[in-house]
Amino acid sequence: MAAKKTAPKKSAPSTPSASSASKRSDRDALTLGKIEKLARQALAQATKGGNPALDIRTRTLSNVSFNEKKRIIELGDRTQSREFFNVAMARKFMQTMLVASGCKTLIGEDKTVSIRQMFYMTKHTLPGSSENTFDDQSESDPIIEDLEVGIDALREELHLFANRRGLVVGKLVVNDAGDEIDLARMGRGGWGIPSICEPGHLAFVRNAAEFILLVEKQAVWHRLNEDRFWEKHNCILLTSEGQAARGARRLLQRMATELKLPIYVLVDNDPWGLYIYSVLKQGSINLAYESMRMAVPNVRFLGMSAFDYKKFAMPPAAEIKLTKEDITRAEQMKAYPWFKDAKWQREIQATIDNGFKMEVDALLTKRISFITDEYIPKKLRDRDYLQ
Amino acid sequence: MPKSKKDAPSLEQPEQPEPEPAQPKRRATAESMATRQREISVSEFFTKNRHLLGFDNPAKALLTTIKEAVDNSLDACEEAGILPDILVEIHETGAAAKAGDGTTGAGAGGTSGAPAGSSRFRVVVEDNGPGIVKAQIPKIFAKLLYGSKFHRLKQSRGQQGIGISAAGLYGQLTTGKPVVITSKTAKGRPAFRIHLRIDTKRNQPDVFSEETVDWAKDHGTRVEIELVAAYRGGRTGVQEYLEQTVVANPHMALAYVSPKGERLEFPRVTSDLPREAQEIKPHPHGVELGMLHTMLSDSGGESVKDALVESFSRVSPAVAAQICKMARVSPKTAADRIQGEDLERLHKALGEVKVMAPPATAVVPIGEELLIAGLKRRYSNAEFYASTTRPPSVYRGNPFVVEVGLAFGGDLPLDEAADIMRFANRVPLQYQPKACAISESVYQTNWRGYDLQQPKGGLPVAPMAVAVHLASVWVPFTSEAKEAVAHYDELLREMKLAVQECGRKLAAHVRARAHAQREEKRRSLFERYIPEVAAAISAILDLPKDKIEKPFFAALPNFVRFADEPGTPPDGAPPAAAAPNDAPTPPPPPAAARGGKGGKGKASPRGEQLELI
Repeated sequence: MAAKKTAPKKSAPSTPSASSASKRSDRDALTLGKIEKLARQALAQATKGGNPALDIRTRTLSNVSFNEKKRIIELGDRTQSREFFNVAMARKFMQTMLVASGCKTLIGEDKTVSIRQMFYMTKHTLPGSSENTFDDQSESDPIIEDLEVGIDALREELHLFANRRGLVVGKLVVNDAGDEIDLARMGRGGWGIPSICEPGHLAFVRNAAEFILLVEKQAVWHRLNEDRFWEKHNCILLTSEGQAARGARRLLQRMATELKLPIYVLVDNDPWGLYIYSVLKQGSINLAYESMRMAVPNVRFLGMSAFDYKKFAMPPAAEIKLTKEDITRAEQMKAYPWFKDAKWQREIQATIDNGFKMEVDALLTKRISFITDEYIPKKLRDRDYLQ
Repeated sequence: MPKSKKDAPSLEQPEQPEPEPAQPKRRATAESMATRQREISVSEFFTKNRHLLGFDNPAKALLTTIKEAVDNSLDACEEAGILPDILVEIHETGAAAKAGDGTTGAGAGGTSGAPAGSSRFRVVVEDNGPGIVKAQIPKIFAKLLYGSKFHRLKQSRGQQGIGISAAGLYGQLTTGKPVVITSKTAKGRPAFRIHLRIDTKRNQPDVFSEETVDWAKDHGTRVEIELVAAYRGGRTGVQEYLEQTVVANPHMALAYVSPKGERLEFPRVTSDLPREAQEIKPHPHGVELGMLHTMLSDSGGESVKDALVESFSRVSPAVAAQICKMARVSPKTAADRIQGEDLERLHKALGEVKVMAPPATAVVPIGEELLIAGLKRRYSNAEFYASTTRPPSVYRGNPFVVEVGLAFGGDLPLDEAADIMRFANRVPLQYQPKACAISESVYQTNWRGYDLQQPKGGLPVAPMAVAVHLASVWVPFTSEAKEAVAHYDELLREMKLAVQECGRKLAAHVRARAHAQREEKRRSLFERYIPEVAAAISAILDLPKDKIEKPFFAALPNFVRFADEPGTPPDGAPPAAAAPNDAPTPPPPPAAARGGKGGKGKASPRGEQLELI
């Protein structure tokens, strides 16, 4: 593989410590400016006797489109005006302002909190009533996303993070907030992927891997780690632990662009597994505004394919009958523009025709380490993947 | 007494085959039976039929007594053209005494002891009416079935002439005390006070004593009856009756002293007396066979044709000739000789002949404005009042008018079923609501269409009182007790139309009110959020909070509108424009359309004639 052994950016500039601090404060100043602009606009509109409003791009299926050229899902230009003097929107307007004010405080104090902590920072009871500014986190999370698109600032720039999810081991050394970490020496637990994987916070120090393998399930990752798969095959082994969180997606994208390594994804053979792959590849509807930072269009779908059942002579014990829901979801996937290609249509249709789905774990019906020493190596050798 | 034949088989010989039908043994002869046949005394009749007259129990007896006296006073005042001032007093005079222990012997054999819970009361009803000439007083108050109202077709409160004397009799039977009447007919004339009893054997008044007294009043009548009764509150109580009477009679001033000594005063709210109802002759469409026979028999040798013209309203000589032709009766036949099949054919022809509706001048409604004035007397703190008086209509040859008034909101109870007041010729009906066509019209109305709650098949649940008044020369009651109006289709239809019309007026108000409430809610929402938004903006911009709150509060009126302002709020959905479910009900067809014929022009305002039916 082309980029072997070492990362393209090496030594001094790649360590995210003192040197990058000034870069960070520049970004903070920019973000602060955006927040202030939002507040100043609202005040100006009210002063004129008008209706203070925020323009927020709508994050719905109808306002996203698939960019054929870049092969990512992009957010459209349709916006919704969030007005204060409107019964249906007043509460959300207030909440957006509260979150904006909270973010300003975080930036001012140079602290980072989780989105759950932001919920508590901004939650209180309105004086003279029993109404809360926020009732639960499911109310504040979309407001944070609204603010991100509303002022065009990333979550990290707002000093917010989501719960971290995802693990890595493999032949890579990284620098995380000044600590150098050798991902080949992480034992059984692996290295937890931080929520913020931006250049200011995380840098790649040395790379000896030739490719990256991402598996959907932690249990599968554990199987491969115990079998030292990454050592034998010189790779980086990741798990997204289900649907990939922003941290994992951002890390994957930076690995793809900075380390220039091919990425293989191994998910269950069902519509939900395929959608995990799909999000990694071209982005999600809800976070379409982040696609260019997160999507990895050339990520490869290693498996499990509906055709693996025959190829690997899987026993009937590996089958799980498709539910009505599974079939409906599969039909929806077939209609997505990014799966219009014949090979994808064939793959999805094959699952429907099989009438069953398969979990990666089902490979254990053959042997415990069948996946490590036969299934994956054979798929890689045969270049048996979709892209 | 010998055992009757029909009892025998089942008791004595259940299994025995029936013997050859033998002639039953004669038990009595015509002569022996004649010894037992005698005139029934009124007290016996009364005792057996008192449920028909409204004296079934002590509580109802008190109500009926007051009701009959007040109704008489009001009728008398109106007939004389006097604005009524009425005083009602109830004094508790002691525990109930057993009947028959009084000084009278006439009451012996009357009602036995009074039921538990009852007591002895003295009821006083005094008016400023025209008074009664001395000679008539005994007959009016101490002879059953005596009066001026039974023999004519005229809208009035009392209809049978049995009421007030029955109350006197009841008092006499339960306490032995005579009825005391004081009356004066004009200024300068003497006032008489007469103690009266009913001779129950002969149904004749018995003047116990009479005297001339000084009475400060120019004219009027005072009735005092002592009776065993029970004083109750609630829907069927005396106070409810008086308060309802106050609603339907805005021209009446009423003072009431309860047994507890509390005094209630309702000053009159209008000095317009109700227009005098015109007396009318029977209409051919409403006459019954027996009545027709009596009318013809009493015609004194006239021809049928002349008798018809004379006795009926709206029957011209031409119409009379047509009736005779339809009945195949010679118009020249002597009226008192018409009998049998001829009579039946004539009756049928009368019911079918095309003839003008009776004159609507015979019916006097309260009127929309005065009905509201009446409601305000009882429900002075309601938030909204509405009323509807329908054009006159006809059932079975009787003209009638339905009107509906309602009071809504204010201090009326919020989550209870609406209060329904039923009136027949301004008299409250307090018993048997379930059997009454008036209640039915309220039940059958879809109040949900007027944005009120209504359990299925129930009364609307709302802070509301509804008054429905039926004015007619002849109110069809379901029974002699005059407690509920019978379900005639024509009546029910008019009642429903009136309730719906009034309901639509209410709906407009309810919607405007809901809109105002929504606006108020919006305003308070914005007012609650402005300090939060201001605090956030002030933290972001490092500005004092009040500098930000001020412009927001200043902008607020641009976005909150109130019900009386035109237009809808900028973001709010326009107030529901949904028409009430019964809105498609076509405008009421004129009364004449009922038979599917005639019906030119629309129902005319009251006072004019109705069109052909």
